[in-house]
Amino acid sequence: MRELELYFGPQHLGMVGNFSITLQVEGDRVLKATANPGYLHRGFEKLMEYRTWIQNFPLVCRINVVEPDHIEMVYAMAVEKLANIEVPERAHYVRSIYLELARVGSHLFGLWAYANMLGFDTVAQWAMYHRDLVLDLFEELTGGRVYHIYIWPGGVRRDFPKGFEDKLVNTLHSIGGCVPDYDNTFFNNRLFYNRARGIGKVTREEALAWGGTGQVLRATGMQYDIRKVEPYAAYDKVPWNVPTREDGDAYSRIWVVRDEMIESVHMIFKLLDAMPKGDVYHRVPNPFKWKIPEGETYVRCESSRGELGLYLVSNGEDKPYRVHFRTPSYPHGLTVLEKTLENASIADVGNIMISLYVVAPEIDR
Amino acid sequence: MAKPSLFSPLKSARFLFKKPKTLRYPFELKEPAGRYRGFHLNDWDTCTGCGNCADICPNEAIDMVKITELASKPEEGKKNERPQLDYGRCCFCGLCVDICPPGSLRLSRDYFHIHFNTGSFVFLPRDEKSEQEKFLPAEKYSVLKASLSHRKQDYEGFVSDLDYALFEPERVPMPEVAPDERKLSFIEQVIGYNREEAKKEASRCLECKLCEEACPAHLKISEYIQAIYEDKPDASLRKIFEDNPIPAICGRICMKYCEDACSLRLRGESLAIRWLKRYVSDTIQDYKTALEQSFKTPSGKRIAVIGAGPSGLSVAYFLTLKGHYVVVFDALPGGGGMIRIGPPLYRLPLESIDKDVNYIASLGAEFRFNTKIGRDISFQDLLKKYDAVYIGTGLTESRSTRVRNSEKCLKALEFLSDNKIGEQRTVGKNIIVIGGGNVAMDVAREALRLQHMQYPKHHVMTKAVSLESWDEMPATKEEIEEAKEEGIQFHPAWGPKEVVLDNDGHVKGLLCKKVKSVFDPQGRFAPTFYEGQEMLLEADMIIEAIGQAPDFSFIPKKLFDQLKFTKFRKVKVDKNGMTSIQGVFAGGDIVNMNLDAVTAIADAKAASEGIDRFI
Repeated sequence: MRELELYFGPQHLGMVGNFSITLQVEGDRVLKATANPGYLHRGFEKLMEYRTWIQNFPLVCRINVVEPDHIEMVYAMAVEKLANIEVPERAHYVRSIYLELARVGSHLFGLWAYANMLGFDTVAQWAMYHRDLVLDLFEELTGGRVYHIYIWPGGVRRDFPKGFEDKLVNTLHSIGGCVPDYDNTFFNNRLFYNRARGIGKVTREEALAWGGTGQVLRATGMQYDIRKVEPYAAYDKVPWNVPTREDGDAYSRIWVVRDEMIESVHMIFKLLDAMPKGDVYHRVPNPFKWKIPEGETYVRCESSRGELGLYLVSNGEDKPYRVHFRTPSYPHGLTVLEKTLENASIADVGNIMISLYVVAPEIDR
Repeated sequence: MAKPSLFSPLKSARFLFKKPKTLRYPFELKEPAGRYRGFHLNDWDTCTGCGNCADICPNEAIDMVKITELASKPEEGKKNERPQLDYGRCCFCGLCVDICPPGSLRLSRDYFHIHFNTGSFVFLPRDEKSEQEKFLPAEKYSVLKASLSHRKQDYEGFVSDLDYALFEPERVPMPEVAPDERKLSFIEQVIGYNREEAKKEASRCLECKLCEEACPAHLKISEYIQAIYEDKPDASLRKIFEDNPIPAICGRICMKYCEDACSLRLRGESLAIRWLKRYVSDTIQDYKTALEQSFKTPSGKRIAVIGAGPSGLSVAYFLTLKGHYVVVFDALPGGGGMIRIGPPLYRLPLESIDKDVNYIASLGAEFRFNTKIGRDISFQDLLKKYDAVYIGTGLTESRSTRVRNSEKCLKALEFLSDNKIGEQRTVGKNIIVIGGGNVAMDVAREALRLQHMQYPKHHVMTKAVSLESWDEMPATKEEIEEAKEEGIQFHPAWGPKEVVLDNDGHVKGLLCKKVKSVFDPQGRFAPTFYEGQEMLLEADMIIEAIGQAPDFSFIPKKLFDQLKFTKFRKVKVDKNGMTSIQGVFAGGDIVNMNLDAVTAIADAKAASEGIDRFI
């Protein structure tokens, strides 16, 4: 049979954002997949070298549209580490609650994408609606729906507004109340089972070798989560579990996502109970004069996609000298995707890609 | 895991009978959250035009534009510029709100603007206070017409909060000697910042430069503060010396117009600009090596300066640098002029004055102290021998209340100068100081110290009697506060009627009458009194500190008649600082209305440029 070269994206209904894969196919089998990043490249890392420490804070969130919050967090963590800034105790809790809320929102968005891809439009609409409720909470807390610009060096930008805790609890209860519906319609649906089972399978050794983290690694049974391995914010203050699955396929990954959402909601309730009173912000130096001592650091946190790292170098100036983000979508969307697409069916390309939870803007920073 | 059922999804069929969640816009609207970051609002009354918003904007979406309608009424500490937003660039992060010192810039909850003209997205934000026609009450507002010029009233979103502001509203506290300790001697009250404190205080500066416009001498404040922050006091001193050659003096007694204009003062404490200047001049032991100033080649011109006060010193400094030979004459035994005798030692020690004066002398300016023009050298001689003459004599005569027996009172300047450069006076145990200005505060506080030094463990009392009420008193608030802390007893709104003497002709007390008003409706000084409301304050010593006047007796009558005065009885000078007599320049308290050191420096700077051009 003849080999064909097929372009999947950047303009393709099954593509997540501005990203493309070149597929070499024979019949409906993929022989080789080559990921082509670069279409969405915006040069954030270079741009950041021209902005002051505080001016970078509204910028970094734009690296990942779907969950800007973890990027804010690593940036704040790196700056705090380099500049030796203490963060108030309450701010750690507020940050954790906020980040878990972001995880729920991001996972719901991922669920929308995945369900949509498989043709489960009903579930996709539910997920989108519930994400909107989470965005309402963000709007209440931060003033923005998508780019929250909330975690900044020194703490967070404002404390909870009046009545926010109740609103948060109520919203999470109403989303949680729909878990049975999601289960019936999607997670326990035979069609989903048939479409996702055994697709895009990755073994634990492969995942580790290819730089897989997050769901990709946890779906192979490995309990690896930065929040546990290297706790930051208030993640070591309350008990919680790392959900895992064994099979390493798309089905397991999506189940891990589901379990994580539920675990996040439980964690938010625990954090709310344990949260101390007090300040949420330690004033950082005057932004027009703020210079950070020479040094370099690598910090990491667990974004909803996996390990998100930031390598930050300061040469003692008012701007970063070098910034590099280690985004989880990068290995997932390039290495892991290319490997898992080998021998896959064309019909499963989008399926596999979304189950790997790739967000194109994160690859092309 | 068992294979899931094929039929379980059918359970969701019940959602077919539920109400849709989608909002039917525009019939159903969703209210944005209380902190929503939408379009900007700016209160033009409180906005100072400082431009910090434009500086911090990561997208360069904010430009400061000149507003012509504001130009007619420029207020102290304000610029006639206001921020203009380009909504093609704005990312609604709100950093501009968090840096805004007056808190005038806010974000509203409006976010609709649809227009085919892209120019309409460049926008000067104002608020309902000044643009009522664009901000409509709920009943007149329609979402279908919503735009930048059709917005809702009372629709604030993300607003400034001092706890989360990007600037530090509070000052690094200045260490001071406690009132109980300082009133026993002439120890300098303000201890001064150390290196860390100065750096920390300097780090608060937002570099908006409102201070530089407010300073009469236009010192490059933000640059010398930046040098302090960078721990480069040498560089800082060089910046200061470009405009002000007496930092040790000004760092202590300047009237600090800069701090009154500082944008940080609006919701916090202004930057301690004066103390930072003092820190620089105190830190650097030897100005000469730090400044490394170069001179122009000697011009061979000679200039006489009368008076070694702030303006005379400054003229000497600026002209010496230009290569001219300057001779400064002063009747006092040291430099500083009124600054030497006026401010008490606890505010301005003599070493600080000498430090500045000695530096100017070391540059080559010649100082002839104890030399009074008109007594030791005639004014005409100066005119003949020198290419130009600068008069910076200041106000050297104390005014008197001229009430009955007022000749028994001491005059403020006599009292102050005796303590500084003459023999220390024996004071009474019960002193009254008449006056409510800064000089009166100096006199009262100095008298109190002398009382405590001369009568230890006795009961002593110093009272301040002023025509003005608390709010009208011309002395600065901090002077009044500090005087109160030390135990000065105030009698505001009482005017002197008569000095009461005992049978031996000694002062027994002051008869006062209650003041009705000090100023007439036009704001001129015209005190009125209540009839019959009188009070006798006992005292064995009364000092009058109600103002000073210039003394031009050294100028011969013929020349004096040529000298023109303004309607405020000030010497009239042109923009070069020259008086109506050719070759005679003037500056300082005899010329300006501010009557302070930094304005004298500003006069001197202008005059030295003028003299340089003239000769």
